[in-house]
Amino acid sequence: MTSDTDQQRRGTRPETDAAPLPPRPGLDASDGVRPRGGDAAGRGEGSGGAPRPARHGKGLRGLRRPLGIGIVTLWLSVIVLLPLAALTVAAFDEGLAGFWEAVTAPAALASLWVTVLASAVVALVNAVLGTLVAWVLVRDEFRGKRFVNAVIDLPFALPTIVASIVLLSLYGPNSPIGVELNATRWGLVVALLFVTLPFVVRSVQPVLIEADREVEEAAASLGATTGTTFRRIVLPTLAPAILSGTGLAFARAIGEYGSVVLIGGNIPRETQVTSQYIQQQIEIDRPLNAAAVSVALLAIAFVTLLLLRVVSSRSQRREERDA
Amino acid sequence: MITVTSARKQYGAFAALDDVSLDIPSGSLTALLGPSGSGKSTLLRSIAGLEELDSGTVTIEGRDVTDEPPQRRGIGFVFQHYAAFKHMTVRDNVAFGLTIRKRPKAETAKKVDELLEIVGLDGFQHRYPAQLSGGQRQRMALARALAVDPQVLLLDEPFGALDAKVRTDLRQWLRRLHDEVHVTTVLVTHDQEEALDVADRIAVLNQGRIEQVGDPVTLYERPANDFVMSFLGSVAHLGGQLVRPHDIALERDRATALALDAKVPDSPGVIDAVVERVVPLGFEVRVDLRADSGERFAAQITRRDAAELQLREGETIHARAVGRSSVVDHDPALAI
Repeated sequence: MTSDTDQQRRGTRPETDAAPLPPRPGLDASDGVRPRGGDAAGRGEGSGGAPRPARHGKGLRGLRRPLGIGIVTLWLSVIVLLPLAALTVAAFDEGLAGFWEAVTAPAALASLWVTVLASAVVALVNAVLGTLVAWVLVRDEFRGKRFVNAVIDLPFALPTIVASIVLLSLYGPNSPIGVELNATRWGLVVALLFVTLPFVVRSVQPVLIEADREVEEAAASLGATTGTTFRRIVLPTLAPAILSGTGLAFARAIGEYGSVVLIGGNIPRETQVTSQYIQQQIEIDRPLNAAAVSVALLAIAFVTLLLLRVVSSRSQRREERDA
Repeated sequence: MITVTSARKQYGAFAALDDVSLDIPSGSLTALLGPSGSGKSTLLRSIAGLEELDSGTVTIEGRDVTDEPPQRRGIGFVFQHYAAFKHMTVRDNVAFGLTIRKRPKAETAKKVDELLEIVGLDGFQHRYPAQLSGGQRQRMALARALAVDPQVLLLDEPFGALDAKVRTDLRQWLRRLHDEVHVTTVLVTHDQEEALDVADRIAVLNQGRIEQVGDPVTLYERPANDFVMSFLGSVAHLGGQLVRPHDIALERDRATALALDAKVPDSPGVIDAVVERVVPLGFEVRVDLRADSGERFAAQITRRDAAELQLREGETIHARAVGRSSVVDHDPALAI
C-alpha cells in the first residue's frame, strides 16, 4: 500500500471533511500522511493553481463575513465587555492601592476563601458523582430513566431563591429529617451542589453516548479487566468533558447568590460568600469595595475557565472525534 | 482448533444463530461469509466472548471457554472500525495488552517494535491513531491483537471501512502475514470475492444457519444449494435452473445446439433468446439476453467466441448450459 492511496482515501472520506479541526502545528506531517485537518487548512490558504470549488470561493459567504463579525463583536462588546470594563474602572477608582486595600480587607479575603473552598469541594464532588450519574443514565437500562434524566435539569431551571427555600425547609431549623445545616459551611456546600448538579452530567453524557463501545471490547479482548478498561481507556476519553463540566460548575458556584442567601446564614468569616459580601458592601455604601472584590471574583472565574481550555485542548489535540 | 457446538443466540424474535456447529482447524484462515443479518458477526463475537450464547458451547484448543469472559479466552480481536485507543500513541496501543500484564518494559518494547515492523508501521511509534490512514490504523489494530500471542485471531469485517484499492492490498497482505504467523484466524466478511481471495476455508451463513463449509474451489464449483451458488458468484437463470454466466454457450444453429445439449445430463435444455446488448468487458464479453419466456439472463463468453458468432443486437440466438455447477439439493424457494 502506498501513502498516495491513503491520502486519496482520507481526502475523499466524508467524515474527514465533515468537522475539520484547526491544523495542529506541533505534529509532524512529513511522512506523507497529513494530520487530520490538513485538508481544511490547505483549502483555506491555497491561492494559485487550480480553481477551487465554488463553495470554498468568494461567494455570498465572503461578502457577508465582515457584517457577521461586526455584529458579533458589537453584541459581545455591549453585553459582556462594556459592563466588565465599567466594573474594572470602578474597582480602580482610587488607584491600585485602593483596589488592593479593598480586596485584602480581612472580611473580603475571608469571604473569598469561603467561596473558593466551598466551590472547590462542590466541583470535586460533581466531577465524581456527575460522571457516575451520566454513566448510569447512558449505560444502564432501568424503569424511570427518562424521568431521572429530566430531573437532572430541575435544580438548574429552578429560580435559585426557590432552591434556597427548598433546602431551608429540608435542612433548616426544625428540619423534618433532623439534619440542620442552616448557617453552616455544609449548608453552603449542599446548596451549591444542588444548583450545579447538571453541569458535569450534561457535559459527560453526550461524550459517553458517542463513545465507541468497541474500544472497550478491544481492551477486554486484550485482557483488561473492567476496572483497568475504565481507568486507562474510558476515563481519558471522558476527561475533557469531565474537566469542562467541573470548571463550569466551579465558575457557577463561586458566583452563586440566590441559593445560598437563606441557608448560608451570611455569617462573616464563617459562611459569608463573596457575592453576599459584595451585596453587603453595596448596602453600606462602599461601591469601591464591592467593585474591587467583584473584579477579584471575575479574575478567579476567568483563570479557571482559561486553565480548563488549555488542559482540554491539549488532550483533545491528540484525539480524533470520529472514526 | 475452535469448536462451536449447537450455538443458539436469539435477539427478541430474531434468531441470530440457529443451532450452529462449526469446526475451525488450527492454523487455518477461515472466512465466515454471509449477507448482513446472517449471524456471521454474532458467531465471531461468540467465539470471542463478546456475545453470550443462549445455548451451545465454544472450545478453543480443547479448552471449554463457553463461560469464560473475553479476557481469558486467549484471543485477539480486530474490529471493522479499528477501535483504536485514540489517546495513546501507536506504540502504547500495541503495547497495551503487555503493559496491563505488567511484562518487563524492555521485553514489551522489543515485542512492539518487532510487531510494528511486521505490519509495516516501523517509524510510526510516536504517532497518534488520528495521524494514521485507515489502512494503517487497521494494521496497528492487528499488531495490537497479535501482541498478546493469541491462540486465535478474530477479525470482524476488518477491511469493511476501507476503500476498494486499500482493501485489496490489505487482504493480500493479511494472507501473506497469515502464512508467516500461522495463527488460527477467523475472518468475517460479506464480500465473496474477499473470502475467495484470502481464506483457505469458507463457511457460508444464511439466516443464522451454516449453509456449507469447504474450501473456496469446492464452494464455487459444487455449491450445496442455490443460496451458496448465488452468493459465491454471479448466476443466470436458464430454464428454471441456476447457471454461472460463463457456463452458458451460445449457438447460431439450433440443431447443433440441441445435439450438443443432449450430451449434458440434467441440462435445462436449449433456450431461444434475443440478444439485447453485447458488452465487451475486456477479457470477456457479456451478452445480455431475453428468453422467449420474457426472462432476462446474461452469458459471459470469450472474445474469440463472440468474434466468431458476430452477434448483433435484436437477433435470436440459442443458449445452452455446459458443465454447469452442480447444486446438490435444488431448492426452488431460494431461486430468485
